[in-house]
Amino acid sequence: MNKRRVDLTVNNRAVSMMVEPRLSLADALRGELGLTGTHLGCEHGVCGACTIIVDSDPVRGCLMLAVQAEGAEIVTIEGATPVVGLSEIQAALREFHGLQCGFCTPGMVMVLHHLFSNNPVPSDSEIREALSGQLCRCTGYQGIVNAAKAVAARHMHQNVQPRETSQDHRE
Amino acid sequence: MKPAPFDYFAPTTLEEVFELLNRYGGDARVIAGGQSLVPMLALRLARPEVVVDLNRVPSLSGITEEDGVLRIGAMTRQARALASDIIGTKLPLLHQGLLNVGHPPTRARGTLGGSISHADPAAETPMVMLAYGAKMVIAGSAGERTVEAAEFTLDTFETCLEDGEILKEIIVEASADEGTGFSELARRRGDFAMVSAAARIRLDADGRCAEAHLMIGAVAPVPLRCDAVADALVGTQLTERRIRDAVRLIDLNSFSFDNAEVSLAYRRHIAPTLASRALAQAVGRTGGLRT
Ligand code: FES
Ligand code: FES
Repeated sequence: MNKRRVDLTVNNRAVSMMVEPRLSLADALRGELGLTGTHLGCEHGVCGACTIIVDSDPVRGCLMLAVQAEGAEIVTIEGATPVVGLSEIQAALREFHGLQCGFCTPGMVMVLHHLFSNNPVPSDSEIREALSGQLCRCTGYQGIVNAAKAVAARHMHQNVQPRETSQDHRE
Repeated sequence: MKPAPFDYFAPTTLEEVFELLNRYGGDARVIAGGQSLVPMLALRLARPEVVVDLNRVPSLSGITEEDGVLRIGAMTRQARALASDIIGTKLPLLHQGLLNVGHPPTRARGTLGGSISHADPAAETPMVMLAYGAKMVIAGSAGERTVEAAEFTLDTFETCLEDGEILKEIIVEASADEGTGFSELARRRGDFAMVSAAARIRLDADGRCAEAHLMIGAVAPVPLRCDAVADALVGTQLTERRIRDAVRLIDLNSFSFDNAEVSLAYRRHIAPTLASRALAQAVGRTGGLRT
């Protein structure tokens, strides 16, 4: 099938790629743009490993076609990671044993990145709701939840304000 | 786990959508939020020649209200509907149902119209629309027609949409001063319901039940309306006891789903409990539950 040109912004960089319509956005990010930090576990929307931020919302990268991303602004795990060292979410995951094999971790980091960007001090139930669509076969989740709670506690202590305004869903 | 090849169009007007659907007929599938279709493509359960994307048709999204009547564009995202104050206050049952739909990342893309048109028997939004007696505005190149929610959903994954037609808008009349309740059992948060129940209750000035609706989902190809239960409640003072007695009238014989994950016997066993919870929650929200 004919390839299509897609222009989009990924991690603040304008990029374009030529893709078959059937290619998923997650596969395009990995295969066309070399951003292999986004992982694919199930490839049909169940595990959340492929979660990325599309136009300020967390989205399953395997459930969007790359052609649908025309004009979109995307943040991947590469964009949520500092050039040197770890983000505070990543550091907390390490500190609290929030990963073992690490396969699910990019998706976990992205949903937490989205959560903390909009809501620096989420409640425990908001943390669990944000993580609810992410599967981890290793940790049993408690370490991940504990890491997120630690970040929230730190933000509360430092009185952190929301970093970015997400797309306003309210009518 | 890769889709078979297909051609792709992203029209920006409804006219173009209908033109494409007419041109490709049964070879074309429309994609809304893609949260059900893309997995079906990946698993090759669906192999359309052509995919027509509705995401770039602005006129299909939005929520408006006039005189207590809400019009919800079919492409309105579930996340947006969930965050909508109008829906939260005027259609609380829809809000409650949406809380059980998937997860934040699937709700960010998933649409109300997509979920209703997909007609999964375990899905929450079709059941909510049945409970509200919503009207479905269907559009095609020949024009528009409006059908009742009960005539829209025909069977598992089957609606009254003809080739070349799409669901365009959902019209729901908000009923002031009613209480609503939603209860479902799933193994994990956001999983498909094993059984779900949705209830609406309105009380009269004396605190008696003036109107009741109860729906049970995930037990048969189409969510079941339990009018016998509703009839037993209307005209009475609603107590927990009365609700427990009334849910015995759920027609368990019309349940048909039976599989290795959730047996028919288990569905029959838990449905009255979930129905009681939904009804009690609805009555509680009217402020009228007596013990
Ligand atoms: S790879 Fe996308 S949800 Fe599993
Ligand atoms: S750390 Fe192995 S899957 Fe989560």
